[in-house]
Amino acid sequence: MTHPTTTTADAASAERRDGLRLADVTLTLGDGDSTVTALDHVSLTVPAGELLAVVGPSGAGKSSLLAVSGALTRPEFGTVLVDGVDVSTLSPARQAELRRERIGFVFQSGNLLPALTAVDQLRFALHATGRKVKDATRSPLDLLEQVGMAHKANRRPHELSGGERQRVGIARALVTAPALLLVDEPTAALDRARSHDVVELLAQETHQHGVATVMVTHDHDVLEHCDRVVRMEDGKLFD
Amino acid sequence: MFLAWRELKFARARFGLMGGVVALVAILVVILSGLSSGLVNDGVSGLKKLPVTAFAFDEETSIDSAFSRSTVTRDQLDDWAEQDGVAEAALFGNQLVNAEGPDGEAVDLALFGVAPDSFVAPTADQVLEGEGLDAPDGIVVSETIADQGLAVGDTVTIDRLGTELTIVGVLDGQHTYGHVDVAYVPLATWQEIHAGAMPGDDVRPEAYDEATAIALRAADDADIDLAAGDAAAATTAVSLEESFDASPGYAAETLTLDLIQTFLYAISALVVGAFFTVWTIQRRHEIAVARAMGASTGYLVRDALGQAAAVLVGSTVAGMAVGVGFGALLTSTPMPFALEPVPLAVAAVLLVGLGLVGAAAAVGRIARVDPLTALGGQR
Repeated sequence: MTHPTTTTADAASAERRDGLRLADVTLTLGDGDSTVTALDHVSLTVPAGELLAVVGPSGAGKSSLLAVSGALTRPEFGTVLVDGVDVSTLSPARQAELRRERIGFVFQSGNLLPALTAVDQLRFALHATGRKVKDATRSPLDLLEQVGMAHKANRRPHELSGGERQRVGIARALVTAPALLLVDEPTAALDRARSHDVVELLAQETHQHGVATVMVTHDHDVLEHCDRVVRMEDGKLFD
Repeated sequence: MFLAWRELKFARARFGLMGGVVALVAILVVILSGLSSGLVNDGVSGLKKLPVTAFAFDEETSIDSAFSRSTVTRDQLDDWAEQDGVAEAALFGNQLVNAEGPDGEAVDLALFGVAPDSFVAPTADQVLEGEGLDAPDGIVVSETIADQGLAVGDTVTIDRLGTELTIVGVLDGQHTYGHVDVAYVPLATWQEIHAGAMPGDDVRPEAYDEATAIALRAADDADIDLAAGDAAAATTAVSLEESFDASPGYAAETLTLDLIQTFLYAISALVVGAFFTVWTIQRRHEIAVARAMGASTGYLVRDALGQAAAVLVGSTVAGMAVGVGFGALLTSTPMPFALEPVPLAVAAVLLVGLGLVGAAAAVGRIARVDPLTALGGQR
């Protein structure tokens, strides 16, 4: 894996960024009689520029790991540092603010908004997070170009294939220049060739732009593109 | 409104259907409002145009039929004239009569009997054509008399009595009472007709001291103490507004139309509320995704309410434009129909406002969407 040259501005911001640190994080789901320990004293560090894959069976806690890292859920104990900010004790409104500023999500099958064209998906991400399109470090059209989707910038999700939707989804997550990229089963709906394309794209973006990327996957075929792989079972992490 | 506009364009068929319902309701509201204004004008425009603050009817006359049943006397008038705050008081006679036009055609008239020199008599600048009230057998009539084919100089004959009255003047604008054209007639002539006297008959002398009610005008910046006057003169006095209920059918007509309009507003608000409830539920996953991306509740609610406002304003304006166009055709027919800007503006504000209340109740669901649900499979 080569690290292509980056601009000095990108390199500087990449150095400043702190990635993800989880220390002794525990999360219990459900209430009363049926509680499940989704995360059991999990500690994990993902530095900027690393693509980490999390594998494991269903119900092992992979989604909970994303939820806690992405400031969507507060853990019972432990600390979660995103780009140096402790998100484990924030109010929902402050969590949303942190997600706007520092986190990008790539969802299963893209989860694009049906009413928006590809380029508007990116513009919406900027608009909804209080940014101006002209102030974006990477313009929506440039970013679509880099994920190979510039020729379909004006198509809506229903006119795109699964792989194309996922590329737009990745571009949407990156347009706000997040420090942390959280990726949920990106290849679930894709065939082999497209799965490799999509994960290769993730690896390339992670390395070029100094993002800390956590990808949850079932797909062992694509692990070759990842810098590190951890396994989850019953809420515990294994290297 | 970034997402809102694009959704409106994308789901235009669905928004079009809902907007269509609101537009149809707006058309109906315009027509009902026009009909309502028209009926009010037909019923009481003759009373509305009187420079009167209150009417005093004979004691214990029930208001719904006061103009046809009450009889007051000159003594009661004198008692009222002495009351504080009363600038002017005059006898006022009101009787609906059937008459015959010059060619034998039936003519309905509401005879307003007033002394030509009293404050309730039509003023010179109210007269559009001809002269004011003066000659004993001369009447001054509403402009709408033309619809019955009559004009200045025509003579009408009161049925059964045979009294002949000549139109000497026509008033500016619609003066009707109980859906019948008003004809001002000198009080003495009115009293003879009211007494049932044929021309040349002797009339009992007391008849010349009687009328239907006492018309009162308050002095500038003064209020009339109706209760005190009633006690002194043995009358039942009501404000001019309240006296409208004494016009035949007025209360029933306005109540029915108001009720229908109220239902239309409620239906419109419910349709809009139901639409946005379903729409918001359909978009739940998208909203979860937007929230996971960090969009605030306020941002998403503003976007959704802006969308609702755009649809409501667009469809209300379109519906009202069609309604007004259709109404313009109706105003030239004999149907009681009048398009008045104030009730229409109120109707537009109510339609949009209540629709927004319905939409607001629905989009409140946005606040309850958990961004966590964006993770995992689609739907």
